[in-house]
Amino acid sequence: MIPGAFDYHRPRTLDEAISLLASLGEESRVVAGGHSLIPMMKLRMAVPEHLIDLREVAELRGIAVEGGQITIGAMTTQQEVIGSEELASACPILREAALQIADPQIRSLGTLGGNVANGDPGNDMPAVMQALDAAFVLRGPEGEREVVARAFYEGPFTTALGEGEVLAAIRIAAPAAGHGWAYEKQKRKIGDYATAAAAVLLELEGGTCRKASVALTNVGDTPLHAADAEAALVGSSLDAAAVEAAAAAARAIAEPAEDGRGPRAFRVHLTGVMVARAIEAAKRRAG
Amino acid sequence: MNAETPISLEQRKDKLQGLGCSRKRVEDARFTQGKGNYVDDIKLPGMLFGDFVRSPIGHGRIKSINKEAALAVPGVKAVLTADDLRPLGLHWMPTLAGDVQAVLADEKVLFQNQEVAFVVAEDRYAAADGVELVEVEYEDLPPLVDPFKAMEEGAPTLREDIADKTEGAHGPRRHPNHIFTWEAGDQAATEQALAGAEVVAEEMVSYQRVHPCPLETCGCVASMDKINGKLTIWGTFQAPHAVRTVASLITKIPEHNIRIISPDIGGGFGNKVGVYPGYICSAVASIVLGVPVKWIEDRMENLSTTAFARDYHMTGRIAATRDGRITGLWCHVLADHGAFDACADPTKFPAGFFNICTGSYDIPTAYVAVDGVYTNKAPGGVAYRCSFRVTEASYFIERMVDVLARKLDMDPAEIRLKNFIRKEQFPYTSALGWEYDSGDYETAMDKALKTVDYQGLRAEQKAAREAFQRGETRKLMGVGVAFFTEIVGAGPVKNCDILGLGMFDSCEIRIHPTGSAIARLGTISQGQGHATTFAQILASEIGIPAEDITLEEGDTDTAPYGLGTYGSRSTPVAGAATAMAGRKIRAKAQMIAAYLLEVHDGDLEWEVDRFQVKGNPERHKTMKEIAFAAYNQAIPGLEPGLEAVSYYDPPNMTYPFGAYVCVVDIDVDTGVTEIRRFYALDDCGTRINPMIIEGQVHGGLTEALAIAMGQEITYDEDGNVHGGSLMDFFLPTAVETPTWETDWTETPSPHHPIGAKGVGESPNVGGVSAFSNAVNDAFAHLGLTHTQMPHDHWRVWQTAQRLGLTGQPAAAE
Ligand SMILES: Cc1cc2nc3c(=O)[nH]c(=O)nc-3n(C[C@H](O)[C@H](O)[C@H](O)COP(=O)(O)OP(=O)(O)OC[C@H]3O[C@@H](n4cnc5c(N)ncnc54)[C@H](O)[C@@H]3O)c2cc1C
Repeated sequence: MIPGAFDYHRPRTLDEAISLLASLGEESRVVAGGHSLIPMMKLRMAVPEHLIDLREVAELRGIAVEGGQITIGAMTTQQEVIGSEELASACPILREAALQIADPQIRSLGTLGGNVANGDPGNDMPAVMQALDAAFVLRGPEGEREVVARAFYEGPFTTALGEGEVLAAIRIAAPAAGHGWAYEKQKRKIGDYATAAAAVLLELEGGTCRKASVALTNVGDTPLHAADAEAALVGSSLDAAAVEAAAAAARAIAEPAEDGRGPRAFRVHLTGVMVARAIEAAKRRAG
Repeated sequence: MNAETPISLEQRKDKLQGLGCSRKRVEDARFTQGKGNYVDDIKLPGMLFGDFVRSPIGHGRIKSINKEAALAVPGVKAVLTADDLRPLGLHWMPTLAGDVQAVLADEKVLFQNQEVAFVVAEDRYAAADGVELVEVEYEDLPPLVDPFKAMEEGAPTLREDIADKTEGAHGPRRHPNHIFTWEAGDQAATEQALAGAEVVAEEMVSYQRVHPCPLETCGCVASMDKINGKLTIWGTFQAPHAVRTVASLITKIPEHNIRIISPDIGGGFGNKVGVYPGYICSAVASIVLGVPVKWIEDRMENLSTTAFARDYHMTGRIAATRDGRITGLWCHVLADHGAFDACADPTKFPAGFFNICTGSYDIPTAYVAVDGVYTNKAPGGVAYRCSFRVTEASYFIERMVDVLARKLDMDPAEIRLKNFIRKEQFPYTSALGWEYDSGDYETAMDKALKTVDYQGLRAEQKAAREAFQRGETRKLMGVGVAFFTEIVGAGPVKNCDILGLGMFDSCEIRIHPTGSAIARLGTISQGQGHATTFAQILASEIGIPAEDITLEEGDTDTAPYGLGTYGSRSTPVAGAATAMAGRKIRAKAQMIAAYLLEVHDGDLEWEVDRFQVKGNPERHKTMKEIAFAAYNQAIPGLEPGLEAVSYYDPPNMTYPFGAYVCVVDIDVDTGVTEIRRFYALDDCGTRINPMIIEGQVHGGLTEALAIAMGQEITYDEDGNVHGGSLMDFFLPTAVETPTWETDWTETPSPHHPIGAKGVGESPNVGGVSAFSNAVNDAFAHLGLTHTQMPHDHWRVWQTAQRLGLTGQPAAAE
């Protein structure tokens, strides 16, 4: 549990961080809250030679909600997400999901950007971002580009983030007023990643589901956007048959690893249960 | 000096803070302020750090070890391998169980993460870098991780070093992977009882491999002083004196030249009883390099190498009459000891006190046989917060009684009440040979059942099952009843020793001239609060306020010899020594008082804090006055001073008991078990400090919850260990821990000087069965008799699915 040797850098601006990344090359990594990266370094699963700490890059912080557009700086901590009343009213699933990450100590250092950039299928925020159809703002030596969350994740710890790029912010179109939301996560204990979890957003119109978003955590190599589950809901009254069809569609794409959280069959089953429960909760909340 | 303001008898008693008082823990001031002094806080000039190269595979032959690259790392001072230890005869070490264990793997590795080389460096970083660069070439051998396959013909021979030994430390070995067979009871009579029984219930009850997982891992600092030839080792030792003697025997360093110091210990739970390669390697490195060497385990090393617990696979048959009277108990245990037999048990008890497995019941005939086997797993087999193999035994009988109750369609509480050893039968000799000192089981059980409204719970459960049937709920309610009898306080030297060291304990008291005192014991607190409670015992015995008594343990240069703290033995053994030493002080004090008061010592009586003249209490001498006189007045016929030492060899073990009830609600769709209620009644004899008892019960129940509901260390077919980090190994937080309701009855031990029995481990012993019985009970109406621990989400879900409850077709594999 002792990391290898590394040099530590603390840039003040995003440009400085990006030019450090470029000049230090392949063996350099940015560190945000450190609560995924440092454990991996202690296990020597990650052995960066240079750590570029983003904590003093002020432009990476902050939450803005303007005209239905939410922008959250990558270095915003999970605790700040929970604490923001603006976010809680514009996009309440963020607080609900953030409260289910780890424990208060970790959330006070762990960042939203680190959580989504990390690429660990166990992270909770990636599926939430997929459900919200969020976009990630990436800055690199060549400038800025946006990649949507639904296209960002490629495999365990591999994402669309290019070498030399930094995740600057997350952009979310605020869900419609009156939408329903839920993040249902089953875990073994506080501080554990999901055995299975589901993020659901619903919009209802006269008792009929007009729009549905479903995404899954930790039941595949990446977060899973469950488009078929959404299709099973849209146009329905969210009756038992539709809910079960959505759960079945989610189960059909779940390919969880077999680990201490249980055998595959259990985690596939549980994926369906989480989806069904998230739909029920979101439906209750939809106005 | 008799001019103090008169205070009432009650006030005088209160001032002592003696037996029965919920005195605040004196240890907590430093612990809550982060001012404890643990082994990793020890920093000595020039100190180096050691770290292990560990085997990545479970079974294999070491073909070569190349240290060169590691030695080239700046700051790395040495790399030790078995070949370096061989000339000193320290490449192997004796285990507490009469086996030997490789200190550093000698030609073969036998479990994943086994110690292969020891890198010593200027700091931890250099050591870790060195570890990375030691190149070890292995030849894979087939790993054996299933104890049921260990004794098959053709099973790989694990221990080549003893392959042809047909006789082990505990008798004949039938197979190269066999360690011992240990039996108790009357086999023929038991088999006859089973054959002739009206009803026999049978079950295989496995207790999974778990780990004590104390907050602080194991570690030490070894420092060889080349000037005076003295080796000092600070370490996480639950038995410092035993470590000193064993260290002397192993290293041939004379015992007076070894000093073992246990500083503050952050929890032990059995993990810190054993002797580990890290201790030996640090000592050798310090001797060779002439500077202090520190070794501290990390969490993964702790969980995967030092001292697992359980891994007991118990097949039972229990015979009874049709109306529920138990007539016989038969048990065979397959005990997985891992690669070396490093169990921490008294020498004559290779299966610990497992033969307490007749539990709290008057079972006329019983037989138990235990076969220990080797596998490619880490060694250990410690008593994780229990006396030796007592949790296993208690879990076995408490599950078997429930299984029998199902078969007879009897209520689990009723069958227990029917079979209890009755109050008037004590002292009671069990069919497997123990003499239970005292008990009143029926009273305890009645109190428990009444408090939880047991009949009401059963009625509620019936209604809940009907609602489930009607599809109104997806939750099942379970009620677990468990009653346990522990056997603690090892133990009488006539049958209890560890490596030949008798299991007595000791206390030495010095009263200072001004009437305060210091007491030193052979035990060592790891969170139990000895400094608080032993001072209370003394306060009541010698009339000096507890707050005026310093308590010291853990330094072999100053403390009297004792066998340490584990198996709930401190209060039964060292606590008794403390009371007895106190009585010696009082006896001398009486003679001094008689002289001072100019009466015959027979004319004096003791009252709280003083000797007074019978019938004339105005004429008295307080202990404080007596202490002053003891040092400062020439008393004819008496030596000056006021000191005493007692070495206490207990006449018997003590037998704490208790009644636990657990109520759970199980979500059959998710496998989540919610603990709705947990009631624990403990009878630990005389209660020294009720607050500390409650704290011990809370902690023990939390560990029981952890074991029953989630803790598990497993090995896959390739010999890889799983569950070796806190990501997977279940340590409940406050969120997962329910509210504990505690209660008590008080049945003193007749043979202990103050009647105390010990309590630290009872809640773990009784708790695991209560949780497990509750989970099993939730499904009982569907025909379930037994389902395997831990009752984590997926296993509970699988049970529900097996019983046809999931409401969804099994998802495709
Ligand atoms: C005990 C424990 C339990 C946990 N439980 C959960 C849980 O239940 N759910 C959950 O979701 N998470 C959990 N986590 C992880 C935690 O939420 C982390 O904080 C989070 O995953 C990473 O955020 P961070 O700010 O700490 O990132 P870091 O650890 O600093 O970085 C993580 C990775 O992202 C990269 N990175 C970080 N920021 C950027 C950026 N702006 N641009 C580009 N790359 C970047 C880093 O280079 C690194 O590769 C847990 C962690 C611990 C230690």
